[in-house]
Amino acid sequence: MPFDLAFIWAGLIAFAVLTYVILDGFDLGLGILFPFGRSDGDRDLMMNSVAPVWDGNETWLVLGGGGLFAVFPLAYAVVMPALYMPITLMLLALVFRGVSFEYRWRTKRWKGVWDIAFFSGSVIAAFAQGIALGALVQGIEVTDRAYAGGWFDWLTPFSILTGLSVVVGYALLGATWLVYKTAGDIQVQMRRYARWLGSGTIGLIGVVSIMTPFQDAVYFERWFNLPGSLWTMLVPLVMLALIWAFFTGLKDQKDLQPFLSALGFFVVSFIGIGISFYPMMVPPTLTIWEAAAPDESLAFTLVGAVVLVPMILGYTAYAYWVFRGKMDPSEGYH
Amino acid sequence: MLDGFSAETLARMQFAFTVSFHIIFPAFSIGLASFLAVLNGMWLWTRDRTYLTLFDYWKKIFAVAFGMGVVSGIVMSYQFGTNWSVFSDKAGPVVGPLMAYEVLSAFFLEAGFLGIMLFGRDRVGEKLHMFATGMVAFGTLLSATWILSVNSWMHTPAGYSVNDVGQFAPEDWWAIVFNPSFPYRLIHMVLAAYLTTALVVGGVGAIHLLRDRTDPEARRMFSMAMWMAALVTPLQIFAGDLHGLNTLEYQPAKVMAMEGHYVSYPDGAPLILFGIPNPDEKRIDYAVQIPYASSLILKHRLDAPLDGLDTIPDDEEPPLAIVFYSFRIMVGLGFAMLGLGGWSLWARWRGQLFETRWLHRAAVLMGPTGFVAVLAGWITTEVGRQPYTVYGLLRTGDSLAPIDAPAVAASLIAFIIVYFFIFGAGTFYILRMMNKRPATPKLGLRDGPIRTAGVTPASQIERDVVPGK
Ligand code: HDD
Ligand code: HEM
Ligand code: HEM
Repeated sequence: MPFDLAFIWAGLIAFAVLTYVILDGFDLGLGILFPFGRSDGDRDLMMNSVAPVWDGNETWLVLGGGGLFAVFPLAYAVVMPALYMPITLMLLALVFRGVSFEYRWRTKRWKGVWDIAFFSGSVIAAFAQGIALGALVQGIEVTDRAYAGGWFDWLTPFSILTGLSVVVGYALLGATWLVYKTAGDIQVQMRRYARWLGSGTIGLIGVVSIMTPFQDAVYFERWFNLPGSLWTMLVPLVMLALIWAFFTGLKDQKDLQPFLSALGFFVVSFIGIGISFYPMMVPPTLTIWEAAAPDESLAFTLVGAVVLVPMILGYTAYAYWVFRGKMDPSEGYH
Repeated sequence: MLDGFSAETLARMQFAFTVSFHIIFPAFSIGLASFLAVLNGMWLWTRDRTYLTLFDYWKKIFAVAFGMGVVSGIVMSYQFGTNWSVFSDKAGPVVGPLMAYEVLSAFFLEAGFLGIMLFGRDRVGEKLHMFATGMVAFGTLLSATWILSVNSWMHTPAGYSVNDVGQFAPEDWWAIVFNPSFPYRLIHMVLAAYLTTALVVGGVGAIHLLRDRTDPEARRMFSMAMWMAALVTPLQIFAGDLHGLNTLEYQPAKVMAMEGHYVSYPDGAPLILFGIPNPDEKRIDYAVQIPYASSLILKHRLDAPLDGLDTIPDDEEPPLAIVFYSFRIMVGLGFAMLGLGGWSLWARWRGQLFETRWLHRAAVLMGPTGFVAVLAGWITTEVGRQPYTVYGLLRTGDSLAPIDAPAVAASLIAFIIVYFFIFGAGTFYILRMMNKRPATPKLGLRDGPIRTAGVTPASQIERDVVPGK
């Protein structure tokens, strides 16, 4: 296996995207569940549980996009036009969602408007991310270093399915996050939701996993040919263990276990996608090495990443650590 | 509605629209972040409560503006790929890493310290709070530095080679970052941000002075802002002049367009103050001009010859009219700001700074002009480098993504609607906050925290504002 700059960078970008999904996933999920908050107070509480961290979470999205531009410019140049509509939709949705954190508290009359903006922004952003994923898995047509398809190629039953899966999955993350952060009625409510959303997520992951190998013969081979398939068999096994941990965690009324297991679902699915893709950057034609920028660009950027990413992670971990534990509703904004 | 346009035109309109919206917020938040650091420093040093009140007043406005800067910036970072993918593929190896450094060093820095700056005073102690405030200001300047390096490289490319797949490949990072136009652009832009902020602060101070001449906070901010305007405007004009000379060296066609020189002047070019460009006849109608002055400014000699656009092939010329007008708007406003600064010095010298009503009215009127000048300046710069994205090397038409016009049209319309709605509301909330006196308790609906951005440890948030812990 070639272990070079392009390979390291593929790993780092994958890491940034996964970090984004893990961090922003629950805070988008919370937006998806927002209208189900039973009172204004509950909704305030929900929003406050992520208010101090959402911008830091979203910066990983900028890093994912910006990083791709820096080190895999060709992949960036091919994927963005191919996903023109879903990306534009996602950006617009994030605009709505982002400002409502602030605007909602600056007005009485329009509070409802910004509540809707927060909810619909979260749903649309999640759905668009799922669609983007599905379209990528299906493959992007490339000729002459450019996207060669039309502007609606991303829209297929499969991508709709992945879009839906991500919405349900993020909602699950949001619900389990609230199980962890809250107590009392709202926690009971979220625990109930988590059970349903968990079953839904697992079901959808199952359907998507079964369909993926049929999107492209190469995926099929990677999953079902010996000896590689011995390794890939691990993925479903770990998934089973996580599913067990998730449901027992809910049943035993554990606070953190359901959230962590749900995050695990995402990590494992992500690894699964990685197995399908490798060594492609943009299936079915662009490999990691073809998409990579010249070594000078990779090396220059790597220096910064090696120094700064650990610092950023350290700060973020510290922030979450100080921020751990239950929220007290009486400490809200009211 | 946008049927007649090509994908290229639409993509250019979309880029111009979204980046113009974006720049408004950084121009304000770069200046405001430094202003907040100064206010906080002055409060610690003098223990005069007016500084503290002003800090709390402007930090809330800062938070809303900053939030709008963040969301409009995220759009920008994806637009290179969606609309300008060929540019991204070719120039990515050079400009991509610089933008990645911006994210890694500047954005995470801002996100990290913003929370402490906004809510942390009582939690982390004055010293750490001051440090955080300084870091936020530093972060905004760092963002500006990286992104302007990128932009300047596109104007004056250096330190690259072209590889076998047609990409610009980096050869010398030092030469790339410190490309020839970068220092000028950085200084001119940072001064522009400071000036823009000074004018806004001065305008707000003036409104409150007009209502109550004795308001201590209004007096203090008006006085500070007028010092800034008086001192920075001459610097800015000087920096602009140097920037222009640098441009003359590297992008002469842009300067021809700025000056309105359709034709060459072998023995001394006039400075055209006003006039109406006539592209068909290739001349400036109704020109009001000073003979030889252009040669004097650009070449420091009255009879120095200057080339005009007649020496440039038609398909390499920028559109003269836009550049001509926008340049005059910027320079005109620059001199108006100089006038305001001078007037304030005169009034101050006579001890009438807080009594001269007409000065206050003028300051209110000038309040938003920094934004106009910034936009006009950028339009001059960017339209003046057409038809290239990477000057002389990659044409705008060849940078475009393979997208269909209807796709761009649809997203352009969506951006226009969403931006006017969102940023209109945000601007309204900001104006409403500015309209309240600084000493008003409960500014903005509630005096609560501002949750725009940042990774904020809960211990740094006052207990009654954000639940957690
Ligand atoms: C408050 C804002 C402001 C003010 C008062 C001025 N400018 Fe400016 N100008 C800018 C804000 C700005 C800017 C937005 O910052 C630009 C756009 C790109 C850049 O580097 O700076 C710019 C660009 C710009 C350029 C184009 C550089 C290029 O070729 O790319 C020139 C020649 C000048 N300026 C010159 C001047 C002069 C002679 C001024 C004297 C009155 C002046 N500017 C006032
Ligand atoms: C933020 C302040 C900026 C403003 C207001 C601005 C404005 C503009 C405008 C009006 C155009 C259109 C020119 C034309 O089509 O005739 C343009 C073009 C362009 N600008 Fe800027 N610009 C800014 C900063 C930047 C920066 C920082 C970059 C790069 C990092 C950049 C990259 C481009 C590119 C690639 C184009 C070419 C596409 C096009 O022609 O529309 N701009 N800009
Ligand atoms: C077209 C080029 C540009 C791109 C792609 C871009 C990208 C971005 C992004 C992604 C953010 C949000 C960062 C976050 O998550 O915190 C942002 C904010 C910011 N940008 Fe830009 N930007 C561009 C042009 C500019 C220019 C020309 C300047 C200044 C000269 C600038 C200065 C800033 C600053 C100071 C912020 C912090 C937020 C704020 O102050 O409002 N940007 N930009």
